Amino acid sequence: MLSDITFGQFYPTTSFVHKLDPRSKIILLIAYIVAVFIADNFWGLLAAFLFLCVAIAFSKVPVSAVIRSLKAIIFLALFTFILNILFYAPKEGDTVLFWRISKEGIITATFFASRLLLLVAGSSILTLTTTPVNITDGIESLLKPLTYIKVPVHVLALVMSIALRFIPTLADETDRIIRAQKARGADFESGNILSRVKAFIPVLIPLLISAFRRADELGNAMDARCYTDGKTRTKYKKLSFTARDLVSVILMAALITGIVFLNIYDPILF
Amino acid sequence: MRIVADKITFTYNRKSKFATRALDEVSLEIAEGDFLGIIGHTGSGKSTFIQHLNGLIPVESGRLTVGETDLFAGVKKNKKQLKNLRSRVGMVFQYPEYQLFEQTVFDDVAFGYKNFFPEADKEEIKAAVFGALDLVGLDRSVLNRSPFDLSGGQKRRVAIAGVIVTKPEILILDEPVAGLDPLGKNELMALLHRLHKTSCKTIIIVSHDMDEVADNCNKVAVFSEGKIIKVGSPKEVFNDYEGLTALRLDVPITEYIAMKLKEKGVYIDTDFSSEDFVKKLVDFYKNVK
Ligand SMILES: Nc1ncnc2c1ncn2[C@@H]1O[C@H](COP(=O)(O)OP(=O)(O)OP(=O)(O)O)[C@@H](O)[C@H]1O
Ligand SMILES: [Mg+2]
Repeated sequence: MLSDITFGQFYPTTSFVHKLDPRSKIILLIAYIVAVFIADNFWGLLAAFLFLCVAIAFSKVPVSAVIRSLKAIIFLALFTFILNILFYAPKEGDTVLFWRISKEGIITATFFASRLLLLVAGSSILTLTTTPVNITDGIESLLKPLTYIKVPVHVLALVMSIALRFIPTLADETDRIIRAQKARGADFESGNILSRVKAFIPVLIPLLISAFRRADELGNAMDARCYTDGKTRTKYKKLSFTARDLVSVILMAALITGIVFLNIYDPILF
Repeated sequence: MRIVADKITFTYNRKSKFATRALDEVSLEIAEGDFLGIIGHTGSGKSTFIQHLNGLIPVESGRLTVGETDLFAGVKKNKKQLKNLRSRVGMVFQYPEYQLFEQTVFDDVAFGYKNFFPEADKEEIKAAVFGALDLVGLDRSVLNRSPFDLSGGQKRRVAIAGVIVTKPEILILDEPVAGLDPLGKNELMALLHRLHKTSCKTIIIVSHDMDEVADNCNKVAVFSEGKIIKVGSPKEVFNDYEGLTALRLDVPITEYIAMKLKEKGVYIDTDFSSEDFVKKLVDFYKNVK
């Protein structure tokens, strides 16, 4: 459980996609989302799907891992699928199958559900191939320009990375406190909602105290090492773009162009 | 209650890419009345092992019997059995003061008692809390104070009181003296001896302090990489300087001195507890004279 939190969904291996600069991956993801949204027919989605397949193949992440990340959304996708079918108002010339369910409704619903799944699968490629720390680094670097309008980007990134850093520590601590209270007969599993929530007080209070203690210690440790934020800081791991990033950006540009083209051309499918 | 562990194995994060084998076919018998010391370098599986003994970690493979409760792999325990077991096998985690949460010392010590004996009335609870507080040597004046206002040593006593309040027959403590000053350590060990003589028949401590183990335990188990590689009396276990240092473990100071004396031709046959060592040394001295 713990390591799940530590690395998020990160799938440790080395691959083309893993080695991409996190900034490019974030930008590529945004571009991919835009591409999926501008696609207004199935050909566009198919193009995005093929792109996704290529990305998965080059990331060496098992398809099962991507599918697992879709699990969380599958219910929502199904739900919107059914709603879309039911609430699609048949227009003139639509083929109504029965009641208010029409062929066009099913097609629209399938379209939206596929779009949703494509979006989530795409985002999971980012989280599967990039550690949370690297994502934070990437975001910080991308938001750098905001420092000119006095947004404390570095501090925000620091807060985010500290939070990420302490998730496993606190998860560990929670685990330990839960076991300590269980040893004292605490019962977290029975009773109604209210009594279950109440049962967590013996966990939450020590956890909160420990979080404050750790924050204090971390503050002191940073002070002792003369930590300052600001422009003079250098990075231990410098992000750098390589030919790989260029290749992927070109591929993405091709995808977007292709989708725009397919939107205009729109070969009749059904 | 007797504890019999037969080839218990445990892996953290089984089935995931981060799987760690923490226990590897550990077998150990702990008789009623034992004062067992568990030693071993960091990450050797000590904490994992002791958490099996009150069912906090379910047995993954192998057999474990605690008293008349079977904690075999695959046997699903019902809540009542587990609760009963946990009231009789007290577990004091490392830095137990981090588990305090109530507003007063009284409430915190009473927490476990109320959980295990929900039908207890006010008087019973009071008697149990007072009894536990007396045992750990805390003054009753702290009862209405917030546990967070106490000193580190006092907090630890409150936490221990919160475990022994149910009068467990077996008490397990994970590095109970870590972070205490020398006087606090001695007092805590004296407390454990008091307990051992009265309500708590079996005591198990995990410790990195060999002197403490040699002075207090009648049996020592040495863990290494998830296995028990040696069990026996302190005399048997500690009489192996090379073996223990190879495992990144220490020997008691008495063993060290005895070894140095032996190099000088003075052989002292001791069980390495400081009391016995001094006695044997005095005997030797008298004999020479
Ligand atoms: N919650 C956990 N999740 C994953 N692995 C764990 C967890 N707890 C312990 N381990 C691993 O299991 C092994 C045994 O750990 P354990 O805590 O039992 O060691 P220990 O002997 O108590 O060490 P120490 O003297 O440092 O307390 C170690 O390799 C450790 O990394
Ligand atoms: Mg431990």
